[in-house]
Amino acid sequence: MNTDPVATHADLQLVTLDVNGEQHDVITEPRRTLVDVLRHELRLTGTHVGCEHGICGACTVLVDERPVRACLMFAAQAEGTCIRTVESLSEDGGGELNDLQRAFTEHHALQCGFCTPGFLMLAEGFLAERPEATKEEIREVVASNLCRCTGYQTIVEAIDACATARRGACAQRCESKEH
Amino acid sequence: MKPAPFQYHRARDVDGAARLLAELGDDAKVIAGGQSLVAMMNYRLARPRHLVDIGGLRELDRMHRDAAGGLHIGALTTHHTVETDPAGVLRAGFEVLKKAMTWIGHLPIRTRGTVGGSMTHGDATAEWCLLAVVLDAEFVARGPQGERTIPAGDFFHGYYTTALDPDEILVEIVFPRPAPHAALTEFAERRGDFALVAAAVDLDVAEGEVRGGRVALGGVAAAAVRVPEAEAVLTGGGSFEACASAAAEAVEPPADASGSTHYRKELVRTLVRRACEEAVSR
Ligand SMILES: Cc1cc2nc3c(=O)[nH]c(=O)nc-3n(C[C@H](O)[C@H](O)[C@H](O)COP(=O)(O)OP(=O)(O)OC[C@H]3O[C@@H](n4cnc5c(N)ncnc54)[C@H](O)[C@@H]3O)c2cc1C
Ligand code: FES
Ligand code: FES
Repeated sequence: MNTDPVATHADLQLVTLDVNGEQHDVITEPRRTLVDVLRHELRLTGTHVGCEHGICGACTVLVDERPVRACLMFAAQAEGTCIRTVESLSEDGGGELNDLQRAFTEHHALQCGFCTPGFLMLAEGFLAERPEATKEEIREVVASNLCRCTGYQTIVEAIDACATARRGACAQRCESKEH
Repeated sequence: MKPAPFQYHRARDVDGAARLLAELGDDAKVIAGGQSLVAMMNYRLARPRHLVDIGGLRELDRMHRDAAGGLHIGALTTHHTVETDPAGVLRAGFEVLKKAMTWIGHLPIRTRGTVGGSMTHGDATAEWCLLAVVLDAEFVARGPQGERTIPAGDFFHGYYTTALDPDEILVEIVFPRPAPHAALTEFAERRGDFALVAAAVDLDVAEGEVRGGRVALGGVAAAAVRVPEAEAVLTGGGSFEACASAAAEAVEPPADASGSTHYRKELVRTLVRRACEEAVSR
């Protein structure tokens, strides 16, 4: 008897995902979006889900270091990529918050926190690509996600403060190398 | 909502994908970046029984210039790749494309959404469709019967329909000549939304003077359209103001909750003038 669930159920599929540096084999329906697999199969509930049509950004994760909407991607499409979720930010997984997360706390960039994982991953992906981002550029990028609590100003300030601090640390490292 | 069930197929090459589409018939759909299709499936506005994922066909993710200066964009090139232009292929003539990308949705949409997907989706206000129409792009499609080239003028059939057959894959979009004096501008209710009206122009400038040009509009009809009345003003040496007025008079945009016909005609007037001014100052 064939007990392989993938072989016996035409509507099931084996999907291998690389999430936060770990390989996961998931047997699921092809219609599962990436955000649903992350939350329901992998129990990584840090990534939130709001509108399911690309508008709110609560589901934003990094795919190959780029911010994407996890509700607009089927999990099967993410095979062969590196996925990073908000759980990857804190150092040693769940311990210390990273500098971006601390900046959000310090600048009151969250109230209810529903939108926060999306904003964090958006900012993480954006700053990696544009470490020299101006406040105006940050404001424009942040327009991609919705927050019903903060009014955005504090979110922009948190990301800008984190970017400035990272640039400072980087300049310091370069200087100490020169000496 | 959650999408209806379907079977997932991963394409290994273009010909295989086209053959599979032909075999599966009407129930199958291509998926590229999914930024339009997955949203429609989540809404159950689309319920394909089979998805053929072409996302892994890296040979369709590239841009290059030909000997004549023309630009070839593979269908799977993302809006974000065009925006960042890592290889610098858009320099000398295609800066307009780079700049136009900032109007498309937001960064996380642009990292996944593809040029080919935008063209095939065929939204009446999509920036890519407008660029194709104003710059006389050509579409290279491959199906079980082989390859054919479709000029932009014949590609868009109106409201989300194009000349592509259901078993054809769009492989490449060709912009045949550099457009150093082209510009696209638009008005949307919020940053990143689809435009209410979008205008694009491609001016012929010689010795600092405008000798003619092409004018196209999105959001005024079922698909992006050229406006010969406005182009005639440019050829005749008329002002940008006169060109913009001719464009506003020539179209009869449908009214909806976002704006009346009159309001949209006024948007056309303002946007065509702005696009001309931006294009000539390039
Ligand atoms: C929040 C949000 C805002 C947006 N704002 C804008 C905007 O302002 N302007 C704009 O233009 N777009 C906007 N979009 C849409 C976006 O540009 C999409 O990327 C694009 O419309 C579709 O590209 P895709 O690769 O994601 O295609 P998919 O969603 O994968 O496919 C779209 C359609 O094209 C077909 N298809 C795709 N590729 C091919 C191919 N190579 N050959 C044959 N058929 C193919 C599919 O079968 C499907 O019917 C927005 C989307 C979202 C979610
Ligand atoms: S849940 Fe993905 S954008 Fe809203
Ligand atoms: S903190 Fe509540 S939605 Fe942003």
